[in-house]
Amino acid sequence: MRNVDILIIGGGPAGLAAAISAYEAGSRNILILERDENLGGILKQCIHNGFGLHTFKEELTGPEYAQRYIDKVIEYGIPTQCDTMVIDVTPDKVVTAVSRGAGLEHFKAKSIILAMGCRERPRGALGTPGWRCSGIYTAGTAQKLVNLKGLMPGKKVVILGSGDIGLIMARRMTFMGAKVQACVELMPFSAGLKRNIVQCLDDYDIPLLLSHTVIDIHGKEHLEGVTVAEVDPKTLKPIEGTEQYYECDTLLLSVGLIPENELTNMAGVKISQATNGAEVNENLQTSVDGVFSCGNVLHVHDLVDYVSEESAKAGINAFKYVKGELKENEKTLEVVNGFGVSGAVPQRISQKIDEPISIMFRPRGVFKKAQVCIDVGDKQVATKKARIFTPGEMVTLKFKPEYLENSGNADKITVRVEVQQ
Amino acid sequence: MIDVVIIGGGVVGCAVARELSRYDLSVSLLEKTDDICNGQSKANTAIIHGGYDAKPGTLKAKFNVLGNKMYDKICKELDVPYKWNTSLVVSFGQDGHAKLEELKEQGIKNGVPGLSIIGQDELRKREPNIGSTAYEALLVTNGGIVCPYELTQAYAENAAVNGVEFYRNAEVTGVEKIDGGWKVTSKAGTFTAKAVVNCAGLYSDVINNMVSEDKLKIVPRRGEYYIVDKNYADMFHAAIFQLPTKMGKGILVSPTVDGTVLLGPTAEDIDDKTDTRTTAFGLSKVLKYASLTWEDIPRKKFITTFSGLRAHCDRDDFVLGEAPDAPMFFNAAGVESPGLTSSPAIGVYLAEMIADKLDSKKKENFNPIRKGIPKFREMSDEERAKAISANPDYAKIVCRCETVTEAEIREAIRRPVGARSVDGIKRRTRAGMGRCQAGFCTPRTLEILCEELHISPLEVTKFGGDSKYIDSYLFEKGDNENA
Repeated sequence: MRNVDILIIGGGPAGLAAAISAYEAGSRNILILERDENLGGILKQCIHNGFGLHTFKEELTGPEYAQRYIDKVIEYGIPTQCDTMVIDVTPDKVVTAVSRGAGLEHFKAKSIILAMGCRERPRGALGTPGWRCSGIYTAGTAQKLVNLKGLMPGKKVVILGSGDIGLIMARRMTFMGAKVQACVELMPFSAGLKRNIVQCLDDYDIPLLLSHTVIDIHGKEHLEGVTVAEVDPKTLKPIEGTEQYYECDTLLLSVGLIPENELTNMAGVKISQATNGAEVNENLQTSVDGVFSCGNVLHVHDLVDYVSEESAKAGINAFKYVKGELKENEKTLEVVNGFGVSGAVPQRISQKIDEPISIMFRPRGVFKKAQVCIDVGDKQVATKKARIFTPGEMVTLKFKPEYLENSGNADKITVRVEVQQ
Repeated sequence: MIDVVIIGGGVVGCAVARELSRYDLSVSLLEKTDDICNGQSKANTAIIHGGYDAKPGTLKAKFNVLGNKMYDKICKELDVPYKWNTSLVVSFGQDGHAKLEELKEQGIKNGVPGLSIIGQDELRKREPNIGSTAYEALLVTNGGIVCPYELTQAYAENAAVNGVEFYRNAEVTGVEKIDGGWKVTSKAGTFTAKAVVNCAGLYSDVINNMVSEDKLKIVPRRGEYYIVDKNYADMFHAAIFQLPTKMGKGILVSPTVDGTVLLGPTAEDIDDKTDTRTTAFGLSKVLKYASLTWEDIPRKKFITTFSGLRAHCDRDDFVLGEAPDAPMFFNAAGVESPGLTSSPAIGVYLAEMIADKLDSKKKENFNPIRKGIPKFREMSDEERAKAISANPDYAKIVCRCETVTEAEIREAIRRPVGARSVDGIKRRTRAGMGRCQAGFCTPRTLEILCEELHISPLEVTKFGGDSKYIDSYLFEKGDNENA
């Protein structure tokens, strides 16, 4: 059994940022466990640019962004163990991992930071009828094949779902000589960033079919085509008579990301139904003492910059915890998702906080001429206006300590969208 | 001339192969597709049926009951996951009692032990999560569940170890009577044999009708299914049937030996024997009826859907034994449900019959034991440490959802009658069968297949034929290797 102060599971952007901040805060007993052969996580396959605008004020590719953090980890001499898969985490923070080099190892951690990232929703989860042929990939799998393996799945593509990876892959497949015929989105709005719709679809004349979906998949062995139909925006059911056949050899799915919380469950951590990630307080501490969660395993972010920012906090707080300096208030307020709000994080905030904290969430729909409000108890304490709120872009609210002054017996903080008349 | 050609590599063909391999006979098995267990054997409800359902006096009833009794022995010898979790036939509403009694009587006539009708209290004690209108049920204590892929695979491996030769991509195009036996023409060459066994599933009519005037007709009866994430493994304990209808045993909700929950199947007679599509109509029907048993089915927790075709014979029973007008041509035709349950008994029945006619003796060196691929996910920490030190590939987890290691995947390819495609690996190891449905592991699985089979990524398929993954290289080959 090896003793570690801060054990970080996952060497992607979240784990790297957490490790660096914990080191900078003073910890000298950190270990990152990474299942892949290299650090960097999913950024390694994200060879497009657009990363780091907030953090570094410049546009980096995914590998470049990751490298900045990897360089720091090397400079600080933070121990990392790649090619190492964690297979068990117990509530008393014993971690079991396997690797070719070290075999099966147990670690006893004072604090654990969960930073395992997320995975893509597969076709099976949608129940799309049709053949179970080859030629159907999640967008991220295709991205790995194309960008890291140099293998092209096909030449005629339809994309189902308008998540960011799907949009990015629409452009990538186009660059690599494929014809991307359409991006089909069930909802009346895209799940991706506006800038990706413009730069990845509009610039290449790829139509975005909102309120449409794939209702049938054709091809006994290899994919030959899909039937696309318009859906009723209210019921999301296909409208008869609107069916259109698209010949294609590749169907890419970008229909949602799911935090990968198998280990979180093993650790006995309470999971939020709204985010599919751990429930955390303002310190990013989960329901299990000393276990923290950050990045896409906590909730799916839109920009990696925010992952880094959030994870840095987790790193600092984990070190405070190790030193016994993490303040735990007995009394907490529950953060409630009000109208138009989905998956606000953190889920709990202490009644007394020393510094402003970020509350992040995704709007449940598209809201124009609207503002986001924070209520403590029944009292509105802050608002934030924006030209438009969409599910593709996260909203971050600063929650200041003074909002809790004179909060009396309030036991909840409500975040809600208010549409102006 | 060899002794026996078996046509079809499903659970019945492989069971017959394994039982024939006890004898001093030369046996070859011809499978149409790129892999064994590729038809109805891979896409069914994975139930060991008690035997109450078939009409008394039918071969279905007889072989179901016989086969059921053989499961303990066969699964122990062949190291196949199975579980006696009981079956329940539930009536929803109060007017099902007479029908349940009828089923029970039928079961008793068939020789099924341990049948009883249980009321509300007992039913809800056993299944606290069952739907509110569930009223009473027939409890079938000898009902179980089994992994149908591993059973078929195990039969095949054990048969191969004991001398049976397997030919895949070997679709049979003709069977002709010749002097002293049969000439079987296939896409893998021509075989002559003293005896032929027709285990061709959906195509068992086609094969039979090549040699016999006693014509058969097989109607593909499609069943569609959902699979629910293994988070719900403890939701239900028994395989829960609803009172049967004419078209089948109704929509059931059943745990699988792998911890997922199966919902289905529908029963729809179709024309095309290759049409394994799922349909919006069928899938919605599954949910409609399954929600009687499971009222709040977690629709966000489906991991996949599939459909299977049952080989329904117009005679409404199995057709087993020598064709009346074709000596030494043996049928295992029209074997639909309860075919999986019956397969051990059908294997023994046909093998004994054939060995007897060929006057063959049992071999002394027959090895009845087959060991499954050691599963990392089922090992203790000590076993894991040991497995890794013996083979470091056990430390490389390729499929994260089902915790399948590179060692298991490589072994699945290297074993007798080993995997040749991604789906073949999936059925042998569960890699790609979990909640991400192969999103993470596909690129690595492709690489391992290339390394083991010495093929290029362009040649790797999902399930043979044209089911390729990769269209082309993005760079010249040399550059690609550095990528």
